[in-house]
Amino acid sequence: MRPTLFLISPLLLFLGCSYLLPFLGIMQLSFTDPSPGLAQYQQVLSDPLTLSVIWRTVRLCLIVTVVSVSCAYVITLLWVRGRPMVRLLTELCIMIPFWISVLSRAFGWLAMLSNRGLLNTWLKDMGLIDSAIQMTRNEFAVVVGMSHYLIPFAVFPLATAMRNVDERVLTAADGMGASRLRVFWQVFVPMTASGVMGAFLLVFVFSIGFYVTPALLGGGQSVLIAELIYLWIFQIPQWGVAAAMSVVLMIAVGGILYLLMRRYGEIAQ
Amino acid sequence: MSRLHPGAIATLLSAIVALFLLMPLIAVVPVSFTSRRYLSLPDGKWSLRHYASLFEDPEWGASLLSSIQVGLLASLCAVILASAFCIGIWMLKPRMAGLMTGFVLLPMVAPPVVSSLTLYFFLNKLSQWNSIIAYDKLGGVVLAHTVMIVPYAVVVIMVALSQLDRRIDLAAQSMGASVPTRVFGVILPNIRFGLIGAFFLCFLLSWDEIGVTLFVTSVETVTLPRRMWMGLRDNVDPAIAALSVLLICVVTLIIVLRAAVHFRQARKGG
Repeated sequence: MRPTLFLISPLLLFLGCSYLLPFLGIMQLSFTDPSPGLAQYQQVLSDPLTLSVIWRTVRLCLIVTVVSVSCAYVITLLWVRGRPMVRLLTELCIMIPFWISVLSRAFGWLAMLSNRGLLNTWLKDMGLIDSAIQMTRNEFAVVVGMSHYLIPFAVFPLATAMRNVDERVLTAADGMGASRLRVFWQVFVPMTASGVMGAFLLVFVFSIGFYVTPALLGGGQSVLIAELIYLWIFQIPQWGVAAAMSVVLMIAVGGILYLLMRRYGEIAQ
Repeated sequence: MSRLHPGAIATLLSAIVALFLLMPLIAVVPVSFTSRRYLSLPDGKWSLRHYASLFEDPEWGASLLSSIQVGLLASLCAVILASAFCIGIWMLKPRMAGLMTGFVLLPMVAPPVVSSLTLYFFLNKLSQWNSIIAYDKLGGVVLAHTVMIVPYAVVVIMVALSQLDRRIDLAAQSMGASVPTRVFGVILPNIRFGLIGAFFLCFLLSWDEIGVTLFVTSVETVTLPRRMWMGLRDNVDPAIAALSVLLICVVTLIIVLRAAVHFRQARKGG
């Protein structure tokens, strides 16, 4: 028994020391820095500026989640149920962006949308606009960039759900004279609803703690929670408030993940 | 059956989504050939100056080197720690196995910004004691990356172990093999493809890691994504477009080759 314990313990010790303990330290800071008590949490949950950031984060993340899951549903449909050649092409369109650095992808959107970017140049050349339309440094750019990043993550749970759909049920509905549209809306969509829910929660959890894309495409104009934490650490040092915010974020994400696990637990049973 | 393939509307919508997915990757190509110093399209004359600057500027080379160093070291640490942990769980099946696995997967599910703050706090504390594993030092970045990628190594190795036939290990055990012999002589050779896969995944994740790296480095240890970030944040440097084009080409080549091989195998098999 001893040697196997010797195998398990190094990783537990490593993560205990370098992840769990510091996180407990952060929790301690959230109650003590600068003043002992709940003042930091009070600031997080009552300061109008902070609240407006939280509200913007939740609103944008919900929009991003709906956009990503809808786009992912359409393209997964083709990836799972298309003909072999179509399947191959869709797979490439999903996997190539997935493996490319988040920075390159954000840069790509800057190249596409900025004032001297592709889209504005084309529109000008075609004579549709006189001066450039501002498409970066705002919420639109953040939603576009984040949705683009998160679509592949929504594809995977959806693909699992669509592969699990029993082909015979569809054939039966088809054989009994249901139209294609009806087979899709009344048979296929309800059978993949659990995958949609899973994808929705997964993408929402990923989007809520997201830092890089909103910071680059929002250009400091639409700050989200993660960027606010960064500012509280490196610009206007307020460790206690940043720590309190992190704890709140961790609890929120933990709650959503708990829902996710319970849902999948029910389905597994 | 062919009646139930996706129809014209679904195909059209998918094509729009596919275009959306590929758009930013295509957009970087013309920008990388601009002759100006700022983000713009080349009007008339195309220039390779930004590609040249990638190779001439020693800072890009230094960043490439530190990215490779961090990636190799962090992946090695992660794979060693993860394989020991997974083999231990697999052999012993302790009562708390679920809880322990859940705990080691924590850095993967926690919001990245919370992990970043935690690791920044930890490395700041360590900086008071030593100057090797510390804030803005190579050792510190390796530690932070190891924490972030080790859950992925655990997942890959767990999958590899779940496909391993337990009876091989039982046979070795019944013939009197000690635990080290079972681990090094029986289990590890049998999951070697899982270990290689875990190492590759870890290296890729470390290579792309930016969230935590932003918090734990400033000027001394600058990985490639960190240098890209600097070029994106201050004033958009078209050299990043050139670098992105190169990276996109490599990724696309690997994925297309892989898909082509799979496609041919599937054709032969079917």
